[in-house]
Amino acid sequence: MNTVFALSGVVIKELYRRKDFYVLFVLTALITLMVGSVRFFDDDKIIRIVKEASLLLIWISALVIAVGTAARQIPAERENRTIFPLLAKPVTRAQVLLGKFAGCWFAVGLTLVVFYLFFGVVIGSREHHWPLANYFQVMWLQWSMLGIVTALVLFGSLVFAAPSSNSTICLILVIGILLLGGYLNRVAAQQPGPLGALIYGIYFVIPHLEWYDLRKFVQYDQGLVPWSYCLLATLYAALYAALLLFAAWLVFRRKALNL
Amino acid sequence: MKRLTSCLVLLLLFAACFSVGTLLQPQAAAWSQHGQDSVVQVLLGDGRWLLANHFFTKADVYFHSGYYPTIFDRKNPHQESHMAGHTHEAGDHDDELDFMGPPRDWIERFGRHAMITKHTHLENGQEREILPWLKIAADIDPHIVETYTVAAYWLANQLHKVPEAEQFLREGLRANPDSYEILFSLGRLYYENDHDSVRARNVWQLALRRWKDQEAAGRNPEKFGLEEISVNLARLEENERHLAKAIQYFEQAKAVSPAPQNLAQQIEDLKRQLASAPPGTQAP
Repeated sequence: MNTVFALSGVVIKELYRRKDFYVLFVLTALITLMVGSVRFFDDDKIIRIVKEASLLLIWISALVIAVGTAARQIPAERENRTIFPLLAKPVTRAQVLLGKFAGCWFAVGLTLVVFYLFFGVVIGSREHHWPLANYFQVMWLQWSMLGIVTALVLFGSLVFAAPSSNSTICLILVIGILLLGGYLNRVAAQQPGPLGALIYGIYFVIPHLEWYDLRKFVQYDQGLVPWSYCLLATLYAALYAALLLFAAWLVFRRKALNL
Repeated sequence: MKRLTSCLVLLLLFAACFSVGTLLQPQAAAWSQHGQDSVVQVLLGDGRWLLANHFFTKADVYFHSGYYPTIFDRKNPHQESHMAGHTHEAGDHDDELDFMGPPRDWIERFGRHAMITKHTHLENGQEREILPWLKIAADIDPHIVETYTVAAYWLANQLHKVPEAEQFLREGLRANPDSYEILFSLGRLYYENDHDSVRARNVWQLALRRWKDQEAAGRNPEKFGLEEISVNLARLEENERHLAKAIQYFEQAKAVSPAPQNLAQQIEDLKRQLASAPPGTQAP
């Protein structure tokens, strides 16, 4: 386990050495503050549009950071040939994979904490109340969802040739699931015969990432979702992440490391 | 290349840029309708209508606190906006918006926890949250009349921002000078909020003329619009004790009303009052 944490520490260090996070954070902060500074009909109590813009930017930024960070981990190690000294130590391929996953996931968790702190300060200063439990639920489920995404991208980095193609395909897949995943059963019901069955099959196979999007609850002040739901959704995310990591290990354990 | 030559080439290129700029500037102004259109209008062209409609719908989504059908849901979003303060029969609106139906499978059932499933409307001043989207929709496409009337309704009646409501309606009127809807809303603002019946009468009479102009031009204005204007004018005249005029406006409204019986009853009452009024008490 120490080996896994040591490897993950390297990934976290890489996150704060690179500029991706800073650029995305500054962009999110600037746009949020800009939207917040606009006064509509001279009313300074309008806040939901700021919440919506800020949460959307947080989601986009976190997704980009998760995909970008995970996609380059193993290809970069292979390209720089640092994978060989790494594996020459008493480190197994499974530990490398787990370390990379843990590093990416913790790194994304750290960025989420920073983003939501900023969100809480900006919105709290306007609303004068801090629904911390709501913020925690939104952040926790987003982090759980990003666990699945990170595992998916790590798997993709072993299957696809280049990090760019992997990132693009994974982003399209994730955004597609977020937008349409929950409605595939209705689409399937309207399709005849085998096509309907195929779509329905896809509906059951894909990880339902849309379950983790609780932005509306914060945006429209709709209170908390049941904690039992959060627990089950976390379990579901853990299972899917484990499945994808296992698939990644199956590919990685026999993969030639020479480019 | 010598330094002097480089400087001369640079100067020449700069002069060429300047000349082309002066040549293109008037044409660019003509493309953007003499600079009257905003950048968004120039960039998006007619596509901005879609975007403006989307933002108007977004205001409706906010009004329903996120409980709103998507394109995948069984029922389409309602045709008439509920933001305009229209009243409903008890249960009607709930039935209309029960678009989710029972979940089809365990995935949908579980996923509903992450969805807003409670139908509520914004209230207690929270209605202000729809205003940014209406403002943005109006900026993108100033010809969606409903954005002005809906925003003005909430600004004046719930948020008590009558000057802002009037200013927004006047913006709408500048963009849509033929709109009887905006004139009607403006008249209502003068009558109900400013208690200025003279201005209200003038504006409503203008709204009536605009409605009739549109009908004469074959643009099929909504009959409900004529009824609203006429009934409000009739009420105003009744309050001012101009009973004959009030009857005339009620008759006009009755001709297009889907429920003329109520109006007929009011006309009868007014006729009785007019008949029993001693000579000289009827205002001119």
